Amino acid sequence: MRAVTRVIGELCLPVGLVLLLFYAYLLWGTSAETEREQRVLQRRLGEVFGRHDGHAGPGPGLGAVRLGDALALLRIPRLGAHYRFAVVEGVGPAELRKGPGHYPGTALPGQLGNFVLSGHRTTYAAPFNRIDELRRGDDIVVDARDARYTYEVARKEVVDPGEVDVVDPVPDHPGRRPTTAMMTMTTCHPEFSAAQRLIVQSVLVRREERHH
Amino acid sequence: MYRFLWRRLPGGTVLRLAVVLLLSGAAMAALWYVVFPWLAPRVPIG
Repeated sequence: MRAVTRVIGELCLPVGLVLLLFYAYLLWGTSAETEREQRVLQRRLGEVFGRHDGHAGPGPGLGAVRLGDALALLRIPRLGAHYRFAVVEGVGPAELRKGPGHYPGTALPGQLGNFVLSGHRTTYAAPFNRIDELRRGDDIVVDARDARYTYEVARKEVVDPGEVDVVDPVPDHPGRRPTTAMMTMTTCHPEFSAAQRLIVQSVLVRREERHH
Repeated sequence: MYRFLWRRLPGGTVLRLAVVLLLSGAAMAALWYVVFPWLAPRVPIG
């Protein structure tokens, strides 16, 4: 009996070390993965922006982006001059591993309706970690394939995961036809939990052609 | 337990130490590159 207790006690040491290692992986390993993916995605976006027609080579151009492909470059000046993330199409675990994701079927950048993004609050480079710091009137710059769109923060709220009305074309009014171009960023709240959702909604204020 | 395992390892202190480091290194690499990437998306943190 005593021997069994001792072995159990001794096993606690490696188990604790493995847990510590997993915590380190969540903090640094996942972010390293995302940064690696982001380098590739941002380089690819740069190539697309460099072209005159905005098309990503042969095949479908505007609008038709495959799951996991880069859709736009997101910049938020309030979060620093170096804050930039390539937004990918899709919001499954495989896509959010790469960076913030666009809900398929919601509006594209600049379109009437609701351009909805989801991003990690913690882990995987935590693209939306600090969106709680955004204030009304802050700029959110979206470099899409066709133009640069600037949205302005209008509303910030914590909602339950079930409150899906916030991603409707007209937020909180399911079924209504959109007349403005909105953008909604969603992420987990509080940090290190998934109990609630933090949402930040913005309104399109500017469209600029890209200069070549 | 650890004393028992240590005695079961072959060779002298140096070789035993090398084997321990090699095995624990391999275990950590397997965790970091295979187990954790699989496990991480299943942990309910945002």
